[in-house]
Amino acid sequence: MANPLKCDLCSKPATVHLTQIVNNKVHKVDLCEACAQAKGVTDPSGFSLADLLLKASLNPEPEVPAGMRCEKCGFTQADFKKHGRFGCPSCYEAFRGMVEPMLENMHNGTAHAGKIPVRALERKSLYDRLTKLELDLTEAIKSERYEDAARTRDEINQVKQAFSQPPAR
Amino acid sequence: MTISSLIDTPSELTDSASNKTAIVLMTRVRLARNLSGQSFPGWAKPLQREQILATCRAAVAATPQMKKSLNVGIGDLSELERQILVERHLISRELSGAKGGAGVVISRDQAFSVMVNEEDHLRLQVLRAGFNLKKAWQAINDLDSSLEESLDFAFSPTLGYLTACPTNLGTGMRASAMMHLPALVISSQMEKIVRAVNQLGMVVRGLFGEGSDASGSIFQISNQTTLGESEADIIKRLSSVLQSIVEHELNARGKLLEADAGKLLDKIGRAYGILQNSHLLSSSEAMNLLSLIRLGVDLGAFPADSRCIIDRLFIEAQPGHLQHAQKGEFEPGQRDVLRAARLRDEFANFTRPDFAFGHRADAGQN
Repeated sequence: MANPLKCDLCSKPATVHLTQIVNNKVHKVDLCEACAQAKGVTDPSGFSLADLLLKASLNPEPEVPAGMRCEKCGFTQADFKKHGRFGCPSCYEAFRGMVEPMLENMHNGTAHAGKIPVRALERKSLYDRLTKLELDLTEAIKSERYEDAARTRDEINQVKQAFSQPPAR
Repeated sequence: MTISSLIDTPSELTDSASNKTAIVLMTRVRLARNLSGQSFPGWAKPLQREQILATCRAAVAATPQMKKSLNVGIGDLSELERQILVERHLISRELSGAKGGAGVVISRDQAFSVMVNEEDHLRLQVLRAGFNLKKAWQAINDLDSSLEESLDFAFSPTLGYLTACPTNLGTGMRASAMMHLPALVISSQMEKIVRAVNQLGMVVRGLFGEGSDASGSIFQISNQTTLGESEADIIKRLSSVLQSIVEHELNARGKLLEADAGKLLDKIGRAYGILQNSHLLSSSEAMNLLSLIRLGVDLGAFPADSRCIIDRLFIEAQPGHLQHAQKGEFEPGQRDVLRAARLRDEFANFTRPDFAFGHRADAGQN
């Protein structure tokens, strides 16, 4: 062959060619002898395609600029290639361009359809509102708008009350 | 609760086997959760890991499900104690090997366990004997909701619960069943089943998860995908796959009896003989023999109430439990001696097999 297939993991010549159908999608992986052994491909009972697909979908290079970095935790794209896991929740935003095509291969859809932490989200929106109101209050007092300040203070008390209420079940 | 009292307490897994658990030994549901705004365990600095560990352990221990629980740092456990927890499926091998900054909270009845700083900040799991996916999901959903009262989880409206590895994104849920499939193994159909199950988006693994072998013909079947479907839909899909595997196993048993009952009776009878008389038994040989006795129970060769003895022995024949029972650490070679002695003892008074069921199958053929 003019152009022998290279191993998806280490780019030695590939001798093991694996085709598997998961969720009605065809996945092809080419591996060299050593990587196939290491990944347990030769042992069908103990082998999880997920890890392999994860790495295979990073190869060939995803079309995102190299040297991308998560501002929040300092994690880089190279770190992801090395570990196969992200650094922090914000990485999903930072590496969005890389994550999205990966998810299509990996899952049965790309949008969450399960449980939502309603109580925690409620708490967060209350907290955000409280922070904003407290800012408003300081502002109102500074510019001597005392009527506004009184109204804001009442609102703050309302929000604080909502915080301490037991969850609606 | 202390670790030693936990080890000596009956657990959901070892002491509640009944007829319903004949093929599906147990079901398990686990959820991956992370704290918002914090680096995942694999990337967090040691100090941050310690802080996350303290926050999570306190929050988990305060839930009603974890009243009087065992709440320990992984560093507070000896190697043997960790191994016992792995053998009971209460912690993962990965957590057991953690250097520090990790821990686990286990409920009194050992039905719930929450690992802290494994791959994700929190791994909540529930174990239920038999085929009980819906109940297991309800139980873990409740625990998750109680934790939500005090912890802010990393969550995105589009991607769901955010996890260290994108393969767990969305629901963060892995539901699984541990199945005993001796007839499919004997009739060499497992490979076919594994392929079919994979195509349906499910994964088959050995008894102790990823990379472990399937000694004792015990397999774990779980969902592969976590994003794009609700928890209830995933469980529904998994249940129907499990149901069809149960049917295949029952068919395979019927065919084995029909085609050559003598061969099957011979296997079961020999297993009984070896368990009563051997002096050296490796863990995997012991598992395979016990598996045949368990098949014998299902077929009626042994009384149904001995099934729970076998399920207990599946666990007690593991290296960690064996060494704990002997109160010491032993080389693998010595363990094989101890294991054989333990099983000889257990099978000395075990009811003799009644092979009438097989002869009926033989007579039916003639």
